[in-house]
Amino acid sequence: MPISYFLVLSAFLFSLGVYGVLARQNAVLVLLSIELMLNAANINLVAFSAHFAEAGLGGQVFALFVIAVAAAEVGVGLAIVILLFRNRQTVDVDEMSYMKW
Amino acid sequence: MAETWQEIVFWVLAATIALAGIRVVTARNVVHAALYLVATLMSAAGLYILLFAEFVAWVQVLVYVGAIIVLMLFGLMLTRAPIGSGDFDNNQRPLAALVALAIFGVTSWILVQAFDGTEIGFARTEGTTSAQVGQEIFSKYVLPFEVVSVLLLAALVGAVLIARRDDTPHEGRVG
Amino acid sequence: MNSVLTFAAEGAEVQGTGPAGTIGELTWLVPLLPILSFFVILFFGKRLPNRGHAVGIAAVAVGLLVSLMGLFELIADKGFVEKSWTWFEFNAGQSLHLEFGMNFDFLTAVMFVVVCTISLLVQIYSTEYMHDDKRYTIFYAMLSLFTGSMLLMVIANNLIQLFVGWELVGICSYFLIGHYWEEKENSSAAIKAVITNRIGDISMMFGIFALFVIGGTFNIPELNHLAHEGHIGGTSLAIAALLMFGGAVSKSAQFPLYVWLPDAMAGPTPVSALIHAATMVVAGIYMVARMFLVFESAGIALAVVAIVAAITMLLAAILALVQDDIKKVLAYSTVSQLAYMMAALGVGAYTAAIFHLFTHAFFKALLFLGAGSVIHGVHSNNMSDMGGLRKYMPHTFKTFIIGSLALAGIFPLAGFFSKDEIIGGALRAATGDHHQIAAWIVLVSGIITAFLTALYMTRACVKTFWGEYRGNGTPHESGGGIVTPLWILAGASVLVGFIGFPVIGPFADWITVPGHEHHGFEALYNIVLPILATVVAVAGIGLGYVFFYKRDWRVDILNSPFAWMYRFAQNKYYLDDFYLNGVVRPVQYPISRGTYWVDRKIIDGLVNGVALGTLATARPTYAVIDQQIVDFAVNGAAGLTGSTGGLLRYIQSGNIQRYAAVLFAAVAIFVALFALT
Repeated sequence: MPISYFLVLSAFLFSLGVYGVLARQNAVLVLLSIELMLNAANINLVAFSAHFAEAGLGGQVFALFVIAVAAAEVGVGLAIVILLFRNRQTVDVDEMSYMKW
Repeated sequence: MAETWQEIVFWVLAATIALAGIRVVTARNVVHAALYLVATLMSAAGLYILLFAEFVAWVQVLVYVGAIIVLMLFGLMLTRAPIGSGDFDNNQRPLAALVALAIFGVTSWILVQAFDGTEIGFARTEGTTSAQVGQEIFSKYVLPFEVVSVLLLAALVGAVLIARRDDTPHEGRVG
Repeated sequence: MNSVLTFAAEGAEVQGTGPAGTIGELTWLVPLLPILSFFVILFFGKRLPNRGHAVGIAAVAVGLLVSLMGLFELIADKGFVEKSWTWFEFNAGQSLHLEFGMNFDFLTAVMFVVVCTISLLVQIYSTEYMHDDKRYTIFYAMLSLFTGSMLLMVIANNLIQLFVGWELVGICSYFLIGHYWEEKENSSAAIKAVITNRIGDISMMFGIFALFVIGGTFNIPELNHLAHEGHIGGTSLAIAALLMFGGAVSKSAQFPLYVWLPDAMAGPTPVSALIHAATMVVAGIYMVARMFLVFESAGIALAVVAIVAAITMLLAAILALVQDDIKKVLAYSTVSQLAYMMAALGVGAYTAAIFHLFTHAFFKALLFLGAGSVIHGVHSNNMSDMGGLRKYMPHTFKTFIIGSLALAGIFPLAGFFSKDEIIGGALRAATGDHHQIAAWIVLVSGIITAFLTALYMTRACVKTFWGEYRGNGTPHESGGGIVTPLWILAGASVLVGFIGFPVIGPFADWITVPGHEHHGFEALYNIVLPILATVVAVAGIGLGYVFFYKRDWRVDILNSPFAWMYRFAQNKYYLDDFYLNGVVRPVQYPISRGTYWVDRKIIDGLVNGVALGTLATARPTYAVIDQQIVDFAVNGAAGLTGSTGGLLRYIQSGNIQRYAAVLFAAVAIFVALFALT
C-alpha cells in the first residue's frame, strides 16, 4: 500500500497532539497530548524502516529510543506537575501565567 | 490476497487511531482521555505488527501502555484531577484548531508530494525478532543506547528530586 | 678669525683713496659688541660678581679701541669701507631692496670715537654714582643697548638701518629717563620724550619714503651722489629734505620740539650726560651731516635749517638764564649748542658743525657729570640749596670751571675753536652767493648767544661754588669713580680743541664734504671774528660776575617794568602750556570723548544689535522649532515606542500554551516556505 497512507496518518496524529497541547487546560492532559505526538513520530519511523530495507532496522531502533525518551520525559514532567500542584493547589495551565507583563 | 488483508487491517487500525486520538484531545473527563490514549497506543502497536516490527510493538505495549499511562493516571489522581465532566479547554481552542490544521495541512502535503505513489516495498516477509533488533542496537547504535540509559538515570534521579517532600530534620520520622 | 674675515670681505665696495684697512673691514664689531653685552647683562647680569658693569664697560672699551684703530687707519690713507648684505628684496631689487650695511668713513670714525669714549666714561662714572640703585643691572643693560643702537645708526649705509637705530635710541632714552619711574613725574617725562620724538619720527619716516620715491634707493651714498649730480632735485627733494629735518628737530631738540629735553633731566645724571648731551641728541645733527649733499641740493631746506637753529639757540640761552635746577641750565645749554651745530650745517660749515659736535660732547659731558657729582654731594638738584662748594668739593669745582670756560669759548679751550669755526663759517656764507639772509641771522644770533652762554654759565658757577652753603648738612667730595672721569674729560676739553686748530689741525682733513673744497680755516676767515667772540664771552663772564656775585647793579627784576619778560621766560614762553592746552587736551578730551562715543554707540550698537538679533531669532527657534517641532518628533517617537511596547507586552501573557501556539504556527509557516521555494 502506498506509504503515504502511513505518513498522512502520522501527520494527522501529530496535529491532533498539537491541538491537544495548545487547547487543553489540565497540565497532565497536555503531557498526554505530547505522548500522542511522539507516537505519531514512531509510526512514521517504523513505516520508513519497513520501506527502506537497506537501512536495516534503524527506524525501529530509533522508535525504541523514542519510547525510552518518552518514558523519561513523562517521569520528569509528572514530577514537575506534582510539585506545581503542591505549591499552587491546581494544575490549571491558565493559572500558571506568572511570567507576564 | 495478503495485500488486501493488510489494507483492511490498516484501515481498521487507522480509523481506531484517528477516532481515539480525537477523543483524547476532546474528552471532557480526564480519565476518559487517558483511556482513549490507551486505545490509540494499542492500535499503534497493532500497526507496528502490521509493519513487521513486533519487538517495537511489544515494547510499545509494555512501556507506553503499561508504564506511561499508569503514570499518567497516578498523576491525575495525585493532582486531584476533577472526576466527572467539566470544561477542560481554555479559550485558545479556535487558535489551536487553526494551528493544528495548518500543521496537518503543511506536513501531509509535503509528505504526499515527496512520497506520492510509492508503495511500501515490504522487504521482509516475516517479522523482526528481538535477536535482530538486539543485534542492530549493540552493533550500530550502542552509543545512543548508552546515552539513553544515562538519560533514564538522570530522569529517575531528577524526578525523585523534584517531587520529594521538603522534610526538615526535626520533623523526621520516629525510629 | 679667518671665517670672520672672509665674511667681512663679501660684498665689499671700497671707496676712498686706497685699499681698505683690515680694521676698517671689522668695524661692524663696534655696534655689535655693546648689543651683545646688552643681552648678556640682561640674562646673566644679576649673577655676575659686579652686577654686570664689567661686561658693559669691556664691550665699550673694546669698541673704542677698534674705533681708534679704524680712525688711525683712515688717517693713514686707507680707504673707506662700504658694504652691505641684502636682507629682503622684492622684484629682484627693482622695486625694493633692503639691506644691512656698513659705511665706515671719517664721519663714522669720529662719531664712533665720541660715542665710545663718552659711553665708557659714563659707565665708569656710574659704578659709583648708581652704586646703591636697586635697578643697577638693567641700567647697565640699557646703557649698552643704547650705545650699540647709536653706533648701529652711525655706521648705517642706508636710511632704513639709520631709522632703526634712530628709533632704538629713542626707546632706550625712554627707559633711561624713566629709570626712577616710581615718581609719576619721571615716567611722565619719559612719555613726553617719546611722544615728542614720535612727531619728529613720523616726519622723518615720510622723508625717507619720499627720498625712496624720488631717488629709487635707500642707500645713503647713492642718494647723496644722485643729489650732488643733480639727478634728483627741485621741490620734491626740498620737501623730502624738510621732512627729514623734522626728525632732526625732535631728536636734536630744536624749536618747537625741544620741550622734552629739559624734562628729560628727570633721569639719572649719567644718562643725561651720555644721551642728552653727547650722543643721542646729536643724532639729528649727524643725520643732516650724513645727508648733507641731499640737503644742499634741496632748495631752501638748508636755509630753513639755519633759521630754525638760530631761533632755537637764542630762545634756549634765554631760558637757561632763569633756571634754578642746575641740570635744567645744562639742558637748555645743550639745546642752544645743538642749535649752533645745526646752524653751522645750515650755512654750509660742515666741518665746523662736526667739530663743534666733537668738542661739545666732551665738555658738556664733563659739565653734566660734574653736576652729578655736586648733586651726589648735596642731595638736591636746585642751585638755591647750593653755594660755597668750592671749599668742599675741590676736584668737582676745578673740572666744572674748566668745562664752563670751554663752553663759553675761551681760548685755548676746545669751545673757542669750534664756536669760532661756526661763526666764521656763518660770515663766509653771509658774504657768499646764496642763503645770505639766513647766514646773517645765524651770525648775529651766534654772537648774541655766545654772550648769553657765558652769562648763564657764570651765573650757574657762582650760585653753585661761591658764597655760603645754603643747604643742609655738610657736602663731601665724591670718590674716585666719579672724579676720575671728570679729570679725563677736563683734559680732553683742553686738548681736543687743537685737533681742529686752524690750518695745522687735521680735523678739517678728515671731515670735509665730498666734492667740496677744503674749508679748513673758517675761524681765521676774518680775524675780527675770533677776537669779537672772545670779547663777547669775557663780557658775559664779567657781567655775570658782577651781577650774580658782587650783586652790583643788581636789579630787582620782579618789581621792574621787565617783570613780564622774566615771568615769560620762567614759564618757558608758555610753550609747554600751549602744547598741553592746544594739542594734548583737545585730543585727550573732545577727540577721545568723540571716539568713545563712536565706540559706544556705533560699534557697540552694532555688536549689541547683532547680539539682540541673534537673541530674537533664538527665542522663536527655541519656542517653536525646538519645543514644538523637534520635541514633538522626539517625544512622539518615544511615545510611539511606548505605546507600541504597551501593546506588544500583551504578547507576554504568561500563558505557555499561547507561546506554544505561536511556535507551532511559525513552524508551519516556515515549513511551507521552505517547501515552496
